[in-house]
Amino acid sequence: MTAPMPISLEVNGERVDAHVLPRLNLADFLREHLHLTGTHVGCEHGVCGACTVRVNGEIVRACLMLAVQAHGGSVQTIEGLSDSGEVADLQTAFRDRNALQCGYCTPGMLMAAQDLLKQQAEPSRDDIREHLSGNYCRCTGYQAIIDAVETTARQRRSRAR
Amino acid sequence: MTAPPAKPEPLSVLDRPNSYIGKTVPRPNLDRLMQGRGQYVSDIELPRMAHVVFLRSPRAHAKIIGIDVAAAKRMAGVIGVVTGKELAEIITPWVGVLSHLKGLKSAPQHAIAIDRVCWQGEAVAAVVATSRAQAEDAAEAVTVEYEELGAVTDMRTALDPQTPVIHASLGDNLAFERTHDAGAVDQAFSDADEVVEADFIFGRHTGVTLEPRAVVADWNVAEERLTIYQGSQAPHMVQNIAALHLGLEESQVRVVCKDVGGSFGIKVHIYADEMATYALSKLLRRPIKFVADRVESFNTDIHARDHRCNGKIGVKRDGTITAFEIDDLTGIGPYSMYPRTSAIEANQVVNLVGGPYTTKNYRARARVVFQNKNVMCQYRAVGHPIACSVTEGLVDLAAMKIGMDPGEIRRRNLIADDAYPCGSPAGLRFEKLSHHASLAKLMEMMDYDRLRTEQAELRRRNIHRGIGIASFIEVTNPSAAFYGVGGAKISSQDGVAVRLDAQGSVICHTSITEQGQGSESLTAQIVGSVLGVPMTRVRVILGDTDNTPYGGGTWASRGAGIGGEAALQATKILRRNILEVASAILQATPAELDIADGVVVNATDGAARIELKELARIVYFRPDTLPPGLQPELMATRHYVPREYPFAFTNGVQASWLEVDTDTGFIKLLKHWVVEDCGTIINPQLVDEQIRGGVVQGLGAALFEKCIYDERGQLTNANMADYLVPMSGEMPDIDVGHVVSPTMESELGAKGAGEAGTAGAAAAVANAVNDALRPFNTTITEIPLTPQVVLTALGRI
Repeated sequence: MTAPMPISLEVNGERVDAHVLPRLNLADFLREHLHLTGTHVGCEHGVCGACTVRVNGEIVRACLMLAVQAHGGSVQTIEGLSDSGEVADLQTAFRDRNALQCGYCTPGMLMAAQDLLKQQAEPSRDDIREHLSGNYCRCTGYQAIIDAVETTARQRRSRAR
Repeated sequence: MTAPPAKPEPLSVLDRPNSYIGKTVPRPNLDRLMQGRGQYVSDIELPRMAHVVFLRSPRAHAKIIGIDVAAAKRMAGVIGVVTGKELAEIITPWVGVLSHLKGLKSAPQHAIAIDRVCWQGEAVAAVVATSRAQAEDAAEAVTVEYEELGAVTDMRTALDPQTPVIHASLGDNLAFERTHDAGAVDQAFSDADEVVEADFIFGRHTGVTLEPRAVVADWNVAEERLTIYQGSQAPHMVQNIAALHLGLEESQVRVVCKDVGGSFGIKVHIYADEMATYALSKLLRRPIKFVADRVESFNTDIHARDHRCNGKIGVKRDGTITAFEIDDLTGIGPYSMYPRTSAIEANQVVNLVGGPYTTKNYRARARVVFQNKNVMCQYRAVGHPIACSVTEGLVDLAAMKIGMDPGEIRRRNLIADDAYPCGSPAGLRFEKLSHHASLAKLMEMMDYDRLRTEQAELRRRNIHRGIGIASFIEVTNPSAAFYGVGGAKISSQDGVAVRLDAQGSVICHTSITEQGQGSESLTAQIVGSVLGVPMTRVRVILGDTDNTPYGGGTWASRGAGIGGEAALQATKILRRNILEVASAILQATPAELDIADGVVVNATDGAARIELKELARIVYFRPDTLPPGLQPELMATRHYVPREYPFAFTNGVQASWLEVDTDTGFIKLLKHWVVEDCGTIINPQLVDEQIRGGVVQGLGAALFEKCIYDERGQLTNANMADYLVPMSGEMPDIDVGHVVSPTMESELGAKGAGEAGTAGAAAAVANAVNDALRPFNTTITEIPLTPQVVLTALGRI
């Protein structure tokens, strides 16, 4: 099981075919093979959340999943979510609230925040803190991020009315 | 006779219509980072680039008997396997000392260990391959034979005669010692009604930047130039050091810093593996990339704050503090780091203890010892958390002893707000601080009396909440006194070049760097305000030694105060030059004109006269239409360094409100407040977020973060699952308030704010915990305040 294996998957709506080593994780596949460097690698052991991507609609740690496991699946990265406009309002809220400093955690943070907002229209601050507690940020102290997510949830509710 | 009409007070360059100074505006270029389109070093790929993986010592102290690389060299994708001896032919060793830290000694350190390893994690060989995975595979095939040597791990016994000496040539394990004696300390203690003494213990911790350290070094043998892509806070320092040890001229080295995934002081140093990567590129004549993995980060990123400090305070019954005395001991690993040295932290502790208070009686000793653990060096708020925790811990213990409220004892001893300028017993000079105004504001923000009432009510229901207060001072805007006087080629000045381009936009090159603090934003805000153009028309370029003016970079809370002032002064010149050209074109005098919103206008009525883009068009493309002899200079460069005060001290005060679960030992942070005085505030939101981020790093130290070594010098929690950092679920909301005392040394008046949060957060938490535990007659003077520490103090385990 060390020879490259063929995989086919959809990444940000585009069909991708590749031959990859079975040991290659999804984060490295996205970054090194597809050059989608918005998926960041912080710990490579599933703790920090910087590599959070969406696979078949669910957020996962791309460093804990093998590329071959994504065969036949659909992957969305921060580049895809940005281009589709799905998180545009969240990004605006992050910018206005300065909810990022170095920006290294931000793609994963936006992925996790969007996941929460899709599940819950009216999350409390504690809900937001809880949902993002698998995503490390060493710069902001989190408060600005919580504020930005809370603001986005409120704006989406008022738009939905 | 009528008096002439009073001349209106001219507006300062900052206080103009549409000024961005003091306004919350979003940082430029955040979209790039939010869309995953930044460029961090770990994202960089170059043609023919190879990857290096370092084989690292599993032992804390051992002789290297032999290294067998034959099998590794035969493996797929391997380009080279290089040992320390081979690499020493390319790059020379270094010694991390500075002449102003008298007596500081260290041993020569090599890019890769030769003959001996001195900490678990020191590199013993470099494996270069076409991919990182292949290099990792080959590293496993390298065999190293070690002969274990006795490891020095406990700083308390490092100086004992029976303890092995790590570097025989140095004679002992003492790297540095400083003593200080001011006033009449013995007399002051005997005059005191109470003398309280305690041992303060600090957990060794580290920065955990989310992007690990990373370098791409690209030696172009045909150009004889080395380009280093690295997330450094100080690119010109890296340029100097790389050139020095590779035998190159500085002009042969270019350092490029693009996006940086967190720094906090971790990335202001020069690490052996980074030096090795530069040298490998030269040796192998191709770009080499090094990205630390997380285990390497824990084992090799500088650690900090491993201190044990005995502190003593004398107090009279009326609350007057008569003296402070400390005896600080710190273990820094086997080498003093390069080039900033590992003595600065202890030196800062001596400088800062007692700093907010009036007593003139202060005695201190600090000893810095070598150990076989990872190196320690400067991390955000260098020395401040130690000094603040000791000082504020002692003040609270003294207050407890005499039965005085912690707020009241501070009011009675903090230096009066009208006493400046003045000096401290440690020899520091304060231009203007605001301890009392800050404390008063803090008390109001937290509604102190109501909290005390609430605390008392809850205590009756066996709920134990505590309030902790910590005043602090912070070193910012360092002059050459920090490093330059000691011989380090680390610039204390910064430069800014600002120019008007052909379409009336502004390009600004600055020598300060960006790691997310907002250097780019504050520069654009200052340039836009002083020149009179919208911020969106100002493009700021940083982090490139080929293109920016020479300067120090961003560290020690200096970016806004020093780089910001350089931007202000450069833009004033550009503005003057533009108005000179405009006056020629418009047949007016410069005094009659102003610039607003990108347009030259009448100073009196604001009527538009000529757009900057039209002026630029004339200057660049139709200079023939300008008066003879007029040579417009639409680019201006200015540098700035503080000269009057060695440091612009700031001050502030923090408070913590928390609950201790006396059954489990868990501490729940409920709220945190900060009042801080950083002088002129350029962007309130950015300042507040620097404070909050800094506080949370201090809270990590207070509750969670510790590099746990065993007695053999093995780091036992070198991963993110076992080394705990603050996560969103445990952090409180933090309220930030300000008092504003600008420094008069610069026109901008800004002091630093990036480290204030970290300086005092742990002290506030520790004091709050002791306040909560009052009914149990126990005090804790150790961080991190883990459940184990709390339950031990309570006698429950």
